[in-house]
Amino acid sequence: MTQMIEAVMVLLVLTNLLLLGTSRLATCIRTVAIQGVALGTLPVLGHAHELSLRLVLLAVGSASLKGVVFPFLLFRAMREADVRHEIEPFVGYTASILIGIGSLAVSVWASSRITLPGPAVSSLVLPAALFTILVGLFVIVSRRKALMQVIGYLAMENGIYAFGVVLVGEIPMLVELGVLLDVFVAVLVMGIAIYHIRREYDHIDVDELDALKG
Amino acid sequence: MNLEGLVPFALALVLAPLLLGVINRTKAFFAGRRGAPLLQAYYDVAKLLRKGAVFSRTTTWVFRAGPILSLAAMLGGLALLPVGGFPAVVAFEGDFVLLAYLLGVARFFTVLAALDTGSAFEGMGASRDVTFSALAEPALLLGLAAVGREAGGLSLSGILPALTAATWLSAAPQIALVAAALLVVFLAENARVPVDDPDTHLELTMIHEVMILDHSGPDLGAILYASVLKLWILGGLLVGVALPVRTGTVLIDLASFLGGLFALAVLTGVIESTMARLRLVRIPQLLVGATTLSILALILVLR
Amino acid sequence: MTLLLAGLFVVLAGGFLSLFPRSSGLLGAGGAVAGCLMGLVPAFAVLAGGSPPSLRLPWAVPGGSFHVEIDALSAFFLVPILALSALGAVYGVAYLQAWRGRKAIGLAWLAYNTLVASMILVTIARNVVLFLVAWEMMALASFFLVVFEHEREASREAGWTYLVATHLGTAFLLAFFLMLGRESGSFEFDRLHPPSQAGLFFVLALVGFGTKAGFMPLHVWLPDAHPAAPSHVSALMSGVMIKTGVYGLVRALTFLGPLPAWWGWTLLVVGLTSGLLGVLFALAQHDLKRLLAYHSVENIGIIAMGLGLGLLGLHYGNPVLAVLGFAGALLHVVNHAIFKGLLFLGAGAVIHATQTREMDELGGLMKRMPLTGATFLIGAAAISGLPPLNGFVSEFLIYLGAYRGATSAGAPVAVPSIAAIAGLALIGGLAAACFAKACGVVFLGEPRGAHASGAHEAPRAMGIPMLVLAVACVAIGLLGPLLMRTLAPVLIQVTALPPADVVTSIDEAARPLRFIAGGAGGFLVLAALLALARAVLLSRRPIHESVTWDCGYARPTPRMQYTSSSFAQPLTDLFGLVLRTKRRASAPRGYFPGEAAFASETPDVWRETLWRRLFAGATWGFSKFAWLQQGRVHLYILYIALTLVALLIWGLR
Repeated sequence: MTQMIEAVMVLLVLTNLLLLGTSRLATCIRTVAIQGVALGTLPVLGHAHELSLRLVLLAVGSASLKGVVFPFLLFRAMREADVRHEIEPFVGYTASILIGIGSLAVSVWASSRITLPGPAVSSLVLPAALFTILVGLFVIVSRRKALMQVIGYLAMENGIYAFGVVLVGEIPMLVELGVLLDVFVAVLVMGIAIYHIRREYDHIDVDELDALKG
Repeated sequence: MNLEGLVPFALALVLAPLLLGVINRTKAFFAGRRGAPLLQAYYDVAKLLRKGAVFSRTTTWVFRAGPILSLAAMLGGLALLPVGGFPAVVAFEGDFVLLAYLLGVARFFTVLAALDTGSAFEGMGASRDVTFSALAEPALLLGLAAVGREAGGLSLSGILPALTAATWLSAAPQIALVAAALLVVFLAENARVPVDDPDTHLELTMIHEVMILDHSGPDLGAILYASVLKLWILGGLLVGVALPVRTGTVLIDLASFLGGLFALAVLTGVIESTMARLRLVRIPQLLVGATTLSILALILVLR
Repeated sequence: MTLLLAGLFVVLAGGFLSLFPRSSGLLGAGGAVAGCLMGLVPAFAVLAGGSPPSLRLPWAVPGGSFHVEIDALSAFFLVPILALSALGAVYGVAYLQAWRGRKAIGLAWLAYNTLVASMILVTIARNVVLFLVAWEMMALASFFLVVFEHEREASREAGWTYLVATHLGTAFLLAFFLMLGRESGSFEFDRLHPPSQAGLFFVLALVGFGTKAGFMPLHVWLPDAHPAAPSHVSALMSGVMIKTGVYGLVRALTFLGPLPAWWGWTLLVVGLTSGLLGVLFALAQHDLKRLLAYHSVENIGIIAMGLGLGLLGLHYGNPVLAVLGFAGALLHVVNHAIFKGLLFLGAGAVIHATQTREMDELGGLMKRMPLTGATFLIGAAAISGLPPLNGFVSEFLIYLGAYRGATSAGAPVAVPSIAAIAGLALIGGLAAACFAKACGVVFLGEPRGAHASGAHEAPRAMGIPMLVLAVACVAIGLLGPLLMRTLAPVLIQVTALPPADVVTSIDEAARPLRFIAGGAGGFLVLAALLALARAVLLSRRPIHESVTWDCGYARPTPRMQYTSSSFAQPLTDLFGLVLRTKRRASAPRGYFPGEAAFASETPDVWRETLWRRLFAGATWGFSKFAWLQQGRVHLYILYIALTLVALLIWGLR
């Protein structure tokens, strides 16, 4: 099982790098969806010997939410706003990947300093989760399109999820549901906001929002 | 010096042009054509060696030295490559650094020969070539560091034979990542799709082909032969890492290596038939991505 | 010892004698050559295993004494200094002819010889006061050479920057030595002992010596000052003067006692920064000498990486890594002196012949200056670290050490080793790109302007030093294993490891070098055979000459060639975030376009940002904090994110 979890973690890291290196919004949405589905399997993989209905439900729920519902909403927002590419990000794609390598190194280093309450399933989980959170943050600050920022939030959520599920294992379902709900609302609100910004201003570039500054 | 290493060395000298034939046949199959004969590269080299030459009045001795030095560098690099069951002709600690830098020698002089013509197009190709190869170098050397640590060796003849099926089982993600990185390096360094398109004949879009526009006769033959040797060297490296058949029986190992190499040629043909060339500004990302894969492999190996 | 001191005297005497108006500089150059040749004898004797000679005379300065000694470390740095100074002097005779009657050539020779003498004194001084006096002499003499063409605004400004930078560096050294002397109770080198706050002293030495060596970001003076000086002086400054900084740092490390790991890390990071940014900025330049100056920063970076790995090897008890790191770094000191000297002399010959340093006006010089072209090409291949030349040998040693660390040591050693491998690989590729550009644009193709088409080969006095250095590049490439032996006493002294350990490690490192040397020889033979085969094949075939194929275009002109800026453009664009190249263009307009222009310039980003701001900062005051408010959501979130990350790192520290 450890092997499988490690494979998921490698996949997580690779998808993060893909997220940093691609300009096509559709690819980004799919990438985050793949992350979500892969992470959804984690509770099952991590506790394969003591499977409970609650775990399976959690896995199925989060996987379907992140793998089906969110992508659907995002694709719709994308179509409505009629944007396909992040055209001119604040930080170029090659530079983004380089920064990604840097933050991967920071994550690995940081996780070597963190002492966990219990034994981790794999020493890869912590760095991968931290890295995902950092990449999410980076995507939020370095991209222009509001849609990309939503995607960044989703990546961050994936990171937090990975952090929790495998490390603690016993995340109270309520907390997890709460987080999911937050993100769900966020995606909805952002989707609506994007649609309206687009209708008012003909674009969804957030950096032009400073025109609203007094 | 390992004299038995001369067997695969000679084999490479004979068989390397066949790789090009296999790639082209695969592409022809996908395009629904019959394609050029498998031995076309041999015919080309033989024909070019029998030809005279035309030189631009702009060029100097650098232009004439370029192909020879590239070919010498490739022959040197070939001597460092261990092949299924056989050690390399020359093996020592850190030989892969020499291998990487010999590729650098070939590139340096090819680029200078291109600049010697004073042609805008050849300058363009040269500029792109140095850009992409500079980015491919870390991917190659870091990837080799990762497998070196996994196999506990410092020379190619020590590392590659030590990568057995058992190593694969215990460290699959690491080696797969390195193999992926090496595949990108293989495609980029050999000017294949998605980095460069060897079939294109529009000077503006070419990289490797445009650099050698002005060469003719035996010089062009040397370049063609050097390029198939390069295909063999980097392909052999990739197959050595990715194909863990180490039975100890020389014939089986050798056959599996050759099989792997020609399978790689088919794969290259498939990639060229199914993928489009990347836009030039996108290629650095691919290469940086390959470096990232190598680094990731190192992180996995290190922990 | 006597021979070296006599040589020192001859060098100085030559300098002063050249002040006589009729001496025509020959006395100065002759003095430098004779003195340096005399000095080489004892230096080689020590390296060959002779006992280090020393001399101690009283000196009526408080704390000072005239205490000099040639130990292995001194001798190792003395050899390139003396050899390059002699060759530079020969070259300078012909080079300075161009200013005859317009400039006080005698003064230039006085400064040159003083520079040579002070560099010798720096490496052999064993007393703090003597060392600092020689250090200052070196700075002043080179300052006068930098402002040799003081009628040019750029030269004056370069000189001014240099003077400020070098004195700031000296201030740190002063603090370093005075505090160290006070703790030790003596100003004699052999009585200095490890201080209590060694970390502080390390930083002082790093900044003080790093300013001279050109570690980024302390290098700002270097790309201005080196090109401004006459070319043989540039060769001397870039080839050996900045190495006195490395010498000082290595010497200082021997005073400071047991090494914490962070010193090695610091040097490694400094080396990586200098190496990468140095080569990137070099790529973006189109002034030939400025490009070479940035490459000095790059190579100093490689040296620092080697030293850093060596320190880490020492700290973690990994003698092989320590020996390989130090050996690579020290060998690179010599190698860089050779090929950078060669390249600057070649650039000087180009300037001598064409009156311009602007690469985009040159081209096609290989036909007009065959010797300069061929030697420059060898130097370019050597500095790119290509086998079979000398640059590869030293880089290979660092690689080998790093690979050893990366494949067999624990994480604390493996991680920096991997960083070094990544850095070296990227630097190597970029350096090759840069020198393909320099060589190709300057010497190959067609002349891009009138300057280049009227060029002529350099006079013999300039050609011979270049030839000697080019031969040295090839020779060291072929004789690498032999050189390792001469490194043994130096390494024993620097690493303070048991001599037996050092010798075993060296022998282990020499084994692959033997293969490389053999391979280099084999490569040359193979290339010769292939050339022969090609000649035989072509001898019976028709050979035609024609114009270059340009896509069917019938009348290609030299202006259609790729320039240095266009050649480097993909890479400079890729790293545009760091380089911040400024472009000014007026594009052609209309159906019958008239004037169009394009210009690009890449000023030093450290100078433009860090230093300019630092120096202006005092006057700016705090009223400028308003820039925090930008009104951009991203930036605000970035602030938060950065704070979080910083806090995370700080908290987990």
